[in-house]
Amino acid sequence: MAVTEKDAGTEALKRGARRTALLSPRYAGVGALILVIIVLQFFFTNNFHYDVAIKIGLSAIVCVGLNLLIGYAGQISLGHAGFFGLGAYSSAILTDSYGWPPLASLFAGLVLVGVLSFVLARPILRLKGHYLAMATLGMGIIISIVLNQEVDLTGGPDGMPVPAFSLFGWSPNSEPAWYWLVSGVLVVTVWLSLNLIDSSIGRALRAVHGSEVAAETVGVDTTRYKVLIFVVSALFASLAGSLFAHYTGFLTPVVAEFFTSIQFVIMVVFGGMASVFGSVVGAAVLTALPEFLTVLHDYEHLVFGLLLMLTMIFMSKGLLPSLIILIRRRLP
Amino acid sequence: MTLLVVENLSKEFGGIHAVEDLTFSIAPGTIHSIIGPNGAGKTTLFNLITGVYVPSSGSIRFDGEEISGRPTFELAKRGISRSFQNLQIFFNMTALENVMVGRHLHQRRGLLAAMLRFPGSVRADEAARQKASELLAYVGLEQYLGAEADSLPYGALKRLEIARALAAEPKLLLLDEPAAGCNATETQEIDDLIQKVAAGGVTVVLVEHDMRLVMGISDHILVLDYGKKLTEGTAEEVRGNPDVIAAYLGAGAASEAGAASEAGGGTEAH
Repeated sequence: MAVTEKDAGTEALKRGARRTALLSPRYAGVGALILVIIVLQFFFTNNFHYDVAIKIGLSAIVCVGLNLLIGYAGQISLGHAGFFGLGAYSSAILTDSYGWPPLASLFAGLVLVGVLSFVLARPILRLKGHYLAMATLGMGIIISIVLNQEVDLTGGPDGMPVPAFSLFGWSPNSEPAWYWLVSGVLVVTVWLSLNLIDSSIGRALRAVHGSEVAAETVGVDTTRYKVLIFVVSALFASLAGSLFAHYTGFLTPVVAEFFTSIQFVIMVVFGGMASVFGSVVGAAVLTALPEFLTVLHDYEHLVFGLLLMLTMIFMSKGLLPSLIILIRRRLP
Repeated sequence: MTLLVVENLSKEFGGIHAVEDLTFSIAPGTIHSIIGPNGAGKTTLFNLITGVYVPSSGSIRFDGEEISGRPTFELAKRGISRSFQNLQIFFNMTALENVMVGRHLHQRRGLLAAMLRFPGSVRADEAARQKASELLAYVGLEQYLGAEADSLPYGALKRLEIARALAAEPKLLLLDEPAAGCNATETQEIDDLIQKVAAGGVTVVLVEHDMRLVMGISDHILVLDYGKKLTEGTAEEVRGNPDVIAAYLGAGAASEAGAASEAGGGTEAH
C-alpha cells in the first residue's frame, strides 16, 4: 500500500516535471522570444526601427544580467553603466588606438571588467541595503569621472571614434545585420541566465535573497555567491557595452553616466524583478518610449522617475509578473 | 565519546552576559534539550554554536575540532545545521526548492556547467529534486510539493525548515522552538518527527518551551538561567531539582511536567 502510494507520488512528480518543462521559461519563453525577434523584423520599414530594436537588445542584455543581481540575489547596483562604459571603451581604445581585432578587444574588455568587478565586489557586497546602493553609486561615478578625465586615452567628453565590428571576417555593416547579431547575443544571454537560475547556483542566489542566515546554515557561502553574480552581471554589461561602441561608431562618456545606471535599474524594476523576460520587456518599453514619444524628450528623467514610482505603488512585482498574475486570475 | 564540547563559553553584548562561562557536552545519537526562561540565552547559545555569533571567550569543539568563530556555511559543511525560532524560510521559492537549497553541499556547483546545462549538472539537479521531495514526504509535507513557500500554513513552515536542514545531512541538528505556536496535534507531529530524526542517527539539540515535549523525548536536559548553567541531567533529575522548580518551572508547571513524564512513559511502552 505504502509502496504504491509512493510510486504514484513519484510518477505524479515526474509527470508534473515534464509538463512544467514544456511550459518552462527555458523552452516556451525562449521560443517566444525568438519568434518575436523574427516576426518583429517584418514590421520594420526603415533603419530607425532597426536602430531602436538594436538599442533595446543591448539594454536588455545589461538588464537580464543586472536582474540576476537585483531580482534573484536581492543585491543592488547603481553603477552598472560603469561596467557598460568600461566594456565600450576597452573595445574602442584597443581597436582604434592599438589596432586590435574587435573580438579580441571585446574579450579584453570582459577580462578587465571581470577582474575589476571581482576586486570591487568583496568589500562592496559586505554592505547591505542603502550602504550597498551608495557604494555601487560611488563606484559608477568614479568610472565615469575616469572616462571623462583620461583625455589622452578616451578623448574625454568630446568622445572618440570606434572602428567597425568584425567577426571572423564578417562585418555587420547594415542595421539588419546588427539586429540579428544583437538579437542572437540576447537570446544566448537569456538562455544562459535561465539555466543559471534553475541550477544549484541559482537556488543559492535566491536563497541569499530569501534569508542569508538560513542559506548559510545549509552551507551556502553567501559572500562567494554575491561576488559571483556581481561579476557575471558586470560581464553581461561589458559585453553589451563593447557591441554598443562598435554599433554607434562613436563613443562619449555619457554611456557610463549615473543616469544610464539608473535607467538600467528602472528597466529591471519596471519589467519585473526576478523575471528574465521581464527585463527584456522593461528594456523594450523604456527604450522605445523616449524614441517614439519625442515630445517627452525634454522630460525623460521626469517620465522615468514617475514610471518607477508608479511601478512601485501599483505593481511592485513589475510589468511582466503582474500581467502573468492578471492572466492567470482571468483563466479558470 | 562526545560530538560537541562547549567549554567556558561566554558572549557579551555591551556588558550584558547573554551566555556566561558555560560548559557542557553532547553525546552523539541523543536528543539534548536546552530549557530556561525567556532571555536565558538559549537562542544566543544556538547562534554561537552555528557561527552566527562569534564567542567573546571560551571554546566550542565539534567532532574534536575547534569551531568557535568559524563562519556558518563552513560549520554546515562539517555537519551542523539548524532551524530558527523566528522562521527563516526562502519565501521567494517553492517549498520543494527550499529543501533543494538544503542539498547545496551535495551538488556540483560549477558556474559554466550550470549556465550551459551540462548533462551532469542536469542529472545532479534531478537527484536533488528527488531527494528533496522524499524529505518533504518524510516530514509530512508531500501535499505541498509544488506549492509556493508563502502559501504554507505556519505549522508546515516549521517542518519545512526541518526538512531543509535535514537535506544538508547534518550530524548535529539544532532546533530552535520547533513547536512554538503549534497546536496540540501539530506539537505531537513535531514530537514524532524529532524522535524519527534522532532514531535515524542525527544528534538533536532542542530549545523548546513545551515542557511535555521536552520531558517526553529528551535524553539529556540543560537548564539555563541568565546565561549560566543552572543544572543538567535527565528529565527526572532536572524535574526533581529544587533550583529549577524555584527559578523556572514553578510549582504548577512542575506538577504538569510530572504528568508529562507519565505520558512520556506511556509512549515508550507502545
